[in-house]
Amino acid sequence: MHELSIVMSIVDIAREYAEREQATTVDEIEIDIGCLSTVEMQAFDAAWKQGVRNTVLDGALKTINRIQGEACCSRCDEIFPIDNAYDACPACGEHFIVITKGKELRVRSLAVSY
Amino acid sequence: MCATCGCDDTTHTHEHHKRTISVERDVLHENNLLAERNRGYFEAKNIFALNLVSSPGSGKTSLLERTLRDLKARLDFAVIEGDQQTTRDADRIHATGTKVVQINTGKGCHLDAGMIQNAIKGMKPADNSVLFIENVGNLVCPAMFDLGEQERVVIISVTEGDDKPLKYPDMFLSSTVCVINKIDLLPYVPFNMEQCRANATKVNPNLRFVELSCTSGEGLQDWYTWLQSKLPTPVTA
Repeated sequence: MHELSIVMSIVDIAREYAEREQATTVDEIEIDIGCLSTVEMQAFDAAWKQGVRNTVLDGALKTINRIQGEACCSRCDEIFPIDNAYDACPACGEHFIVITKGKELRVRSLAVSY
Repeated sequence: MCATCGCDDTTHTHEHHKRTISVERDVLHENNLLAERNRGYFEAKNIFALNLVSSPGSGKTSLLERTLRDLKARLDFAVIEGDQQTTRDADRIHATGTKVVQINTGKGCHLDAGMIQNAIKGMKPADNSVLFIENVGNLVCPAMFDLGEQERVVIISVTEGDDKPLKYPDMFLSSTVCVINKIDLLPYVPFNMEQCRANATKVNPNLRFVELSCTSGEGLQDWYTWLQSKLPTPVTA
């Protein structure tokens, strides 16, 4: 359910940048959403449909980059892909890991026209 | 008529400019900025702020009631209550004689840093006090929203599954302390304490555990000891 707040924050960011650039329309938006971020994509897409209505993002093409989780083992420095926060290091079995990728939630770019 | 500007001159053209703007802005940037402001406010006023998170019914309000009653003679408390509707929790806290503000989020499933900023502006918690922020009962959404707290306490009760930390890892990953509540019910439920702690530790090896029962009082002293150890000026029992 927090997906709607996330969509509204994205709308705010797009509006701020579009206004700053004095653009008339936002044609495209590119967003990074890590696989370990707390975003459920189905809920996100549903929230998007409602949330962007009558905003600067209404009709904009959205591109989502899903970023695979990656962690670094605190014991043996192994860098490995993870699907869950509770995954262990495949090299030494340690759970003391630092998540290095997959928590992203950011607006990467906007394509605008004047 | 020109379709772009509506003027009668049909001989001119409008050039279409397209441009890609690099944004690279965290979606929660605004919330995180406000959270840092709250954190600075707490630090300046020497307020110890805790964010209590859990699923509904694991005993956040009961833990607060016990804590406030047992420690109010020694510590100054303030409470912010977050619920979708009603002031029922705030009424319970108010009955302990503690300063409390209720935030109703309506359809919202979590508190955010802006709500906390508004609440503290209104309630003006005292210097050197302990501020408990009881989040909306929800083990998913509040994990993403930093409120500016110093400690995030996740509460789980033994009537819930011991696999909850694996099913809802984000909350356990973002918390610093895990309170396991209702241990007086352990003889009656299939909850495996060792398993629960092992599961939570897999998600967050730094998590600290406190096992307690707000009903029997068992383990509360460990909670109070931890709480007092966190205060800038420890108060002795």
